[in-house]
Amino acid sequence: MLQYIIKRLLLLPLLLFIFTIIAFILIQAPPGDFLTSYIAELAASGSSMDRAQIDALRTLYGLDQPMVIQYFKWLGRLLTGDLGVSLDWQRPISELIGDRLTLTLLLGGGTFIFTWLIAIPIGILSATRKYSFFDYFFTVFNYIGVATPTFMTALVLMWISFKYYGINISGLFSAEYVDAPWSLARTLDLLKHLWLPIVILGMDGTARLARVMRANLLDELNKPYMEMARAKGMSEWRLVMKYPVRLALNPLVSTIGWYLPLIFSGSVIVATVMNLPTIGPMLLRALISQDMYLAGTIILIYMVLAVIGTLISDILLVWLDPRIRMEKTG
Amino acid sequence: MSAIPVNATADADPADDFDIAPNWKLVWWRFRKHKLAMVSAVILMLIALVALFPDFFSTQAPHKTNARESFIPVQGMHLFSEEGLGLHAYQVVGKRNPTTLKMEWRADGDKIIPLGFFVKGYEYSVFGLFNSSRHLIGPKDSSSRERVHFLGTDRLGRDQWSRLAHGTRVSLSIGLVAVMFSIIIGIVLGGISGYYGGWVDMVIQRLIEILQSLPPIPIWMALTASLPRDWSVEQTYFAITIILSLIGWTTLGREVRGRFLALREEDFVTAAKLSGCSQMRIIFRHMLPAFTSHIIATSTLAVPVMIINETFLSFLGLGLRPPAISWGVLLQEAQNLQSVALAPWLLLPGIAVILTVLALNILGDGLRDAADPYN
Repeated sequence: MLQYIIKRLLLLPLLLFIFTIIAFILIQAPPGDFLTSYIAELAASGSSMDRAQIDALRTLYGLDQPMVIQYFKWLGRLLTGDLGVSLDWQRPISELIGDRLTLTLLLGGGTFIFTWLIAIPIGILSATRKYSFFDYFFTVFNYIGVATPTFMTALVLMWISFKYYGINISGLFSAEYVDAPWSLARTLDLLKHLWLPIVILGMDGTARLARVMRANLLDELNKPYMEMARAKGMSEWRLVMKYPVRLALNPLVSTIGWYLPLIFSGSVIVATVMNLPTIGPMLLRALISQDMYLAGTIILIYMVLAVIGTLISDILLVWLDPRIRMEKTG
Repeated sequence: MSAIPVNATADADPADDFDIAPNWKLVWWRFRKHKLAMVSAVILMLIALVALFPDFFSTQAPHKTNARESFIPVQGMHLFSEEGLGLHAYQVVGKRNPTTLKMEWRADGDKIIPLGFFVKGYEYSVFGLFNSSRHLIGPKDSSSRERVHFLGTDRLGRDQWSRLAHGTRVSLSIGLVAVMFSIIIGIVLGGISGYYGGWVDMVIQRLIEILQSLPPIPIWMALTASLPRDWSVEQTYFAITIILSLIGWTTLGREVRGRFLALREEDFVTAAKLSGCSQMRIIFRHMLPAFTSHIIATSTLAVPVMIINETFLSFLGLGLRPPAISWGVLLQEAQNLQSVALAPWLLLPGIAVILTVLALNILGDGLRDAADPYN
């Protein structure tokens, strides 16, 4: 098993290398280089940058050199931990992203835990009470949950709470804590705001995971070992929880691989609508103002987060399921 | 004993039919049993009709602005009035609120606008073939300045009902075209991967894995944001369908590969090989038809995903841009709490998205179940 994990970890640098290439291509994708468009933008707004400053930036990013060299220069700076400067914000990217990244991870992680906590019981109940009212209710809920764009849910909830309760539920902090340093009170305030985006972001996933869990469990419930255990007089509830549920969880673990990237990917939209201080809205702003190095860095972060998700799912799967363990190492 | 012949004669014809029915007929029979999927199919046909003839369903030209009529709320249709039975709406009158300076629209119970079907309205062209000015529904007296806005108006006083009809065409077709591109890439690459195997398969599989591990929305955002701003609506439209299918093909590619791998070992393929069929003939004549129904079902399920993704992108302002009209572009008007609080009806195009996606998902599920011979 250890061997397998090491193999996977060794693949990681290669994958990251491919990701940096993709991110760099995306940085270069807009027509014209970003510095020219930035200078044009400055000129349009009436301010300007002096010649020396422009030349300094030009050599820093190697804009006068071929693409490949530009890429390796960028990669070299990334490896030394220098993410560069955001032209739009006029601040180092690492400084801009730091706090927002924590909140992004918190939002993503919270959503993930929420979905699993809700989806598994729903899945178990729908499978054991197949074709009951409860089962049908969640079938309908599943279809609607998947069909509703997350921003719609967010907007409708925001509107309802604004109209009927007069509160604005956007953002992650109350006004007095927005720029305050981290403290216990600020953390509590964060938790008070965080649950709603988590619920909105997790609705779609909860519906999907509950369906997967239901289907997996239904496959297990018809197996002969169930009959055997019942014949031996095992109580139904204990039986279900002890064997089929554990087996049905394995395929669910393999969904982490695609579900985590989906959460982080979807959080961009919810965060934009709800005005959350995560890296999502920052990406949107960076893309619109063509602040491409900031955008590229954020996309790279999203890709790394996605790969970590896949890695966790693979390792968990090997750890949980002896059949896979045998196959992979043997 | 006597019951058997009776049953046999009663079932004789269908049973014979069943034995000789081609595959598509079997699929159709199974599909027909899925009531909800049939209902969805009917709903989708109606939506497709709107997409084909948006002008016929509109009451006003979709781009027509009228600053004096901004943010009119939803206007109801009524059947009974003092004058008797007849479909009608009430004219709205605006009054500026003296404290908030906001226009407040109220239906005037005295001013009745009679509505009729197949009325004359603005003139439009149908696929450039002929011109017409007939509309499904609208005020009977088209010459008058009275207008109705079934779904209200937006910031610029544009009629949301008519814009929704026009958005249907773009949103629905973008989903279909993007899936079509995905099918082409998916079948070609998935087919090559599954049929040839070996290192080609290895490379394509790794490519699919990398693409699938990418977070789609940020990537799409970056790609669409890099489209030149001066491109025409048509150019952006096609660029977006291609961008969406760049990641979208992977699911289908996997599916096709799996089928090819399974079919490669089948006896009928070996038989075809031994009789000297060319590879192209084996693939297109013998292998592809064996899983077309499956591809259709999977593609049907991919269309709603594409529609939602286009809505996401346009909503964020990175997809289609005005003057193009799609559901996402319409929803962009309701991008923040302020606009929604001011004009909640701007969220109504979202209902169209939900309804369409719901119907497509149910239809796709029904097709998938029907196409599965082991069901």
